[in-house]
Amino acid sequence: MSTAVLGPGRLAWQVAEVTDTVTETPRVRTLVLDVPDWPGHRAGQHVDVRLTAEDGYQAERSYSLAASPEEPPAVTVERLDDGEVSPYLVDEVVTGDRFELRGPIGGYFVWDAAGAAAPLFLVAGGSGVVPLMSMLRHRAAAGSTVPARMLYSSRTLEDVIYRDELEQLNSRTEGVQVVHTLTRVQPPGWTGRAGRVNRELLQEVAFPPEANPIVYVCGPTSFVEAVAEALVGLGHPPGRIRTERFGGA
Amino acid sequence: MVHVDGNAIAGLLETVFGRDLTAASGRCSGCGAEREVGAIHVYRAAGVVARCPDCDTVLLRIVEAGDRIWVDLRGLTTLELRS
Repeated sequence: MSTAVLGPGRLAWQVAEVTDTVTETPRVRTLVLDVPDWPGHRAGQHVDVRLTAEDGYQAERSYSLAASPEEPPAVTVERLDDGEVSPYLVDEVVTGDRFELRGPIGGYFVWDAAGAAAPLFLVAGGSGVVPLMSMLRHRAAAGSTVPARMLYSSRTLEDVIYRDELEQLNSRTEGVQVVHTLTRVQPPGWTGRAGRVNRELLQEVAFPPEANPIVYVCGPTSFVEAVAEALVGLGHPPGRIRTERFGGA
Repeated sequence: MVHVDGNAIAGLLETVFGRDLTAASGRCSGCGAEREVGAIHVYRAAGVVARCPDCDTVLLRIVEAGDRIWVDLRGLTTLELRS
């Protein structure tokens, strides 16, 4: 419809085919996609997905790309129980299924390894980890050596997305440190942090403002607001903090 | 109402303007603050309303209706795009 008015721009709806699925947590699944003429993407970008019901009703949502630019496109989707799109993508879709997609989209919440010198500080709330994972994967695939730290807040250990891969990055990749905090339940013997991300935890984990880090914060709106405010309070210039808010929750 | 970022309407903006707009800088007509379109505050209802994070001035409104897109850029004094 819109494209009919404005002509077929570069950003057109096209059909993506699911080539693989990965169950990340009981509520989260990754879909690896084949998109004809995929132009390549940047770490942090997203796609819009559109589903059309038999009666013509359409629902459209945005999902962050989880894959590094060096890999085929993949999205990681969290099921929202009252959602119109995510239950289908998390529970129903099987390999070989197709749906409409447009992208890659966005030029603001992106990180390019080429030319990057500033330390990279990533703060994730829940499924806000997805675009930040793309950045860490990109850092590794591109052979970047900039110091990188991720502070990742989840409700429980079971909710941690990419847990094994993050553990590998943390223990085996030089220059990468991943710190988890669990806000609701901590398992016996938990050696990570507990509770919400606050000023004290940020002060401890973040690169100091003097190191001039570039900071990416992604998660629910309330999480992003609290983290960004605390970072500014610690002396990080607002212009060095990029945010992506998911909305409610 | 909970807001999201200009990022969230990147696809819609690119449909309208034919290129990514989230990395462009916009100047607010209310307070003069200049920041990336990806960082402005976006509220979604029947249409999209974007406001200045500093002073809450309405920067732009976009409504999609059938075969039309209606764009109101009342609050943006300037837009600076870089290649």
